[in-house]
Amino acid sequence: MARLTVNGQTQEVDVDPDTPLLWVLRDTLGLCGTKYGCGIAQCGACTVHVDGTATRSCSVPVSVVEGSQITTIEGLSVEGGLHPVQKAWIAHDVPQCGYCQSGMIMAVVALLKENPQPSDADIDAAITNICRCGTYARVRTAIHTAAQA
Amino acid sequence: MTQMPQISRRFFIASVTAMSGGMAVGFNLPGLGGSAEAATHPAEVNAWVVIRPDDTVVIRVARSEMGQGITTSLPMLVAEELGCEWGKVRTEFPTADENLRRKRAWGEMSTGGSRSVRTSQEFLRKAGAAAREMLIAAAAAQWQVPVTECQAANSGVTHQPSGRTLRFGEVAEAAAKLAPPAEPKLKDPKDWTLIGTPQKRLDTADKVTGKPVFGIDVRVPNMLYAAIVQCPVFGGTVKSCDESQVRGSKGVRQVVALPGAVAVVADSWWQAKKAADALPVTWDEGQNGEVSSASIAELLRGGLAAPEAAVVRKNGDIDAALATAAKRIEADYGAPFLSHATMEPQNCAAHVTPEKVEIWVPTQSGEAALAAAAAAAEVPAEKVTVHKTMLGGGFGRRGAVQDYVKQAVLIAKAVGQPVKLLWTREEDIRHDFYRPAAMARFTAGLDASGMPVAWRVRVTGPSILANLFPQRLTNGVDASFANGFTEEMAYDVPNYEVSYAMRATHVPVGFWRSVNHSQNGFFRECFIDEMAHVAGQDPYQYRRKLLSKDPVRLAVLDAAAGKAGWHQPAPQGVSRGIALVEAYGSLCAQVVEASVGDRGQLKVHRVAAAIDTGHVVNPAILQSQVESAIVYGLTAALYGAITIENGRVSQGNFDNYEMLRLGDMPVVETVLVPSGGFWGGGGEPGVPPLAPALCNAIFAATGKRIRSLPLKGQDLKRA
Repeated sequence: MARLTVNGQTQEVDVDPDTPLLWVLRDTLGLCGTKYGCGIAQCGACTVHVDGTATRSCSVPVSVVEGSQITTIEGLSVEGGLHPVQKAWIAHDVPQCGYCQSGMIMAVVALLKENPQPSDADIDAAITNICRCGTYARVRTAIHTAAQA
Repeated sequence: MTQMPQISRRFFIASVTAMSGGMAVGFNLPGLGGSAEAATHPAEVNAWVVIRPDDTVVIRVARSEMGQGITTSLPMLVAEELGCEWGKVRTEFPTADENLRRKRAWGEMSTGGSRSVRTSQEFLRKAGAAAREMLIAAAAAQWQVPVTECQAANSGVTHQPSGRTLRFGEVAEAAAKLAPPAEPKLKDPKDWTLIGTPQKRLDTADKVTGKPVFGIDVRVPNMLYAAIVQCPVFGGTVKSCDESQVRGSKGVRQVVALPGAVAVVADSWWQAKKAADALPVTWDEGQNGEVSSASIAELLRGGLAAPEAAVVRKNGDIDAALATAAKRIEADYGAPFLSHATMEPQNCAAHVTPEKVEIWVPTQSGEAALAAAAAAAEVPAEKVTVHKTMLGGGFGRRGAVQDYVKQAVLIAKAVGQPVKLLWTREEDIRHDFYRPAAMARFTAGLDASGMPVAWRVRVTGPSILANLFPQRLTNGVDASFANGFTEEMAYDVPNYEVSYAMRATHVPVGFWRSVNHSQNGFFRECFIDEMAHVAGQDPYQYRRKLLSKDPVRLAVLDAAAGKAGWHQPAPQGVSRGIALVEAYGSLCAQVVEASVGDRGQLKVHRVAAAIDTGHVVNPAILQSQVESAIVYGLTAALYGAITIENGRVSQGNFDNYEMLRLGDMPVVETVLVPSGGFWGGGGEPGVPPLAPALCNAIFAATGKRIRSLPLKGQDLKRA
């Protein structure tokens, strides 16, 4: 049994302690907005926040995050409204297939919290998520828009 | 040996026009037949359009959404003619089994070849026009006035003389009972108010909140999870598998032997994957355990020199022209196998009972998925239900081949309850249907002014059609392997010959975004640059001369050069390269600005692209597609290589099959130059020009001619 706090709710999950957080979120808790892309922390499709830090959940055993505050894309909305990053994403029609976008958005939200006005170089260094549809140019533009919000 | 007649450089535009004209005659347009009997909704005006009492218009989308935006662009074609408010449009995906039951009311549902708009635009516009005429007729009947006195716009019908109006939702059920018009009248393109305007995508809001259900997200009551290990050598089989090693592991339910693979079924995917990793499997690798990239390269070099090859295009007398040419250039080019690497690894959920087969799958072809499921379960097609989910990328991987569907159905049949099969990234990269490895050999003769008088092209490599659809070969020849050198080669070369020496390997090949254009565009446009260099001419102006009688192509080339500022010098230390490719009925030119540092470090700064798709449905989406294609092409040019050792793929994940990331993303500036009069594809034409434009820029920077890809690992230091 592991005790997790996900999107503000504390839950007990009956999984092996080595199970990556990603699979607990997806298969045990049914929070499928967080995606599997590589399993080795390369692509960032599985990015969630662990105590506010962008974390690639495919490579974190659930035992490590017991007691932490975990936020997924499903818990990102602020008081029922969309987060400014999500609004910027809509304004620029960023997603194409959409598969990597939950992880991309979670990575960007964490970046803006740390660095509210990132430069292009800051964005290049911080946002290393892979998008196979090639939404990068719009991601960059939308980050700047969100930073103005 | 086959020989094609000489094809004029006007062939492409002319043939597209002839085809779209021809489709209206003697072709039963999908969805326009009397629909009332088979309709699934009382206000289904035709198979494409349902109008609810609140005026919401549900437009059916037959193709798969994999990021290319058809959920938005295809309904725009219908809505333009229907005359509804765009804000009232919702979408719905009919299933492949409904299509089967309704005698293919929605026509072909497969999604590939950049076909979605260009092959369905006519019947979608007619579906909208037919529905409009039926709504008008229903309103006119209610008012007892002539239809000629009524007009439809903004989701309502107005009786002009009296000013009376009825909302679409008020007359839809009556309209649905009417016979469809035989020949609905389409708007003149100059009267379009929706087509050609930049509309926001209809699927964005869901995609920023994690809501869309991709195949990997499917959850069915009582569902188990499966992981798979496939024989690392293509075509190998399972010799033995010691199940006892994982039996009793927590959550593990069953080990299922499959053709060339073993699956582990467990209560969670992680349990299944751990057990699959631990499972000792002995493979019979078959005959190909010694094959390597080196041995494949040797095979292809043999193809370059082979006396026997299929001539797929020939003009003039090439030997005579070469004999008298002032200068002669020869070069060999090569390109590697490439994996699609969709962000969502291959997966499929299935439930097989004695009564029926149900699958949930992210597929580019629901119909192919249905056929694969029926074949695997050995049941008639009527017993299969296909739930098509969102696709986390497609790029050709999820179309013609539905290997994961077959596996999921076999596993679910063995287990007797619903199972979701998900491949690991490693399985996905190691068991793809790859872009073929290919080589080309060129011999060209230039006249005293530097222009080509003769050009001999030999291409060689494994044929996709021979691998997947041998019935589509013509006299044993796959002319599509030479795509880009046959009818799409528009440069004015009086003596020209293209031949293809097919060479098969055990590596499965398939359709990879832009297919054979991807390698042939690189080969062709770099070699044109070589000609321009030998001629001592500017590569842009050289191409202009070769296209002097071709205003359509010149306009695209000029637009890209103009956007890039070709007439002014590039910024200090930056060099430019240019390329023009015609594919899927569209033209795309790109100029790449790149620099190469003293130690050979490459930086791609900017790409200026111009595309002519004839008509454009949604310029904002087309722009996204060009950006997307540039990233796909640039990723492959910089990093893309699947190599083979001991019969198996050496790469396995994004650490050794690298992807472009945001930090390497150049500025992309796209100009749309729609010339009208035809409908070209949007998803793929932007891929092929990137690699040659980039390599031509590297040549301009360093004097080094790149004749094989990828660039990673090559010494780019100034020659």
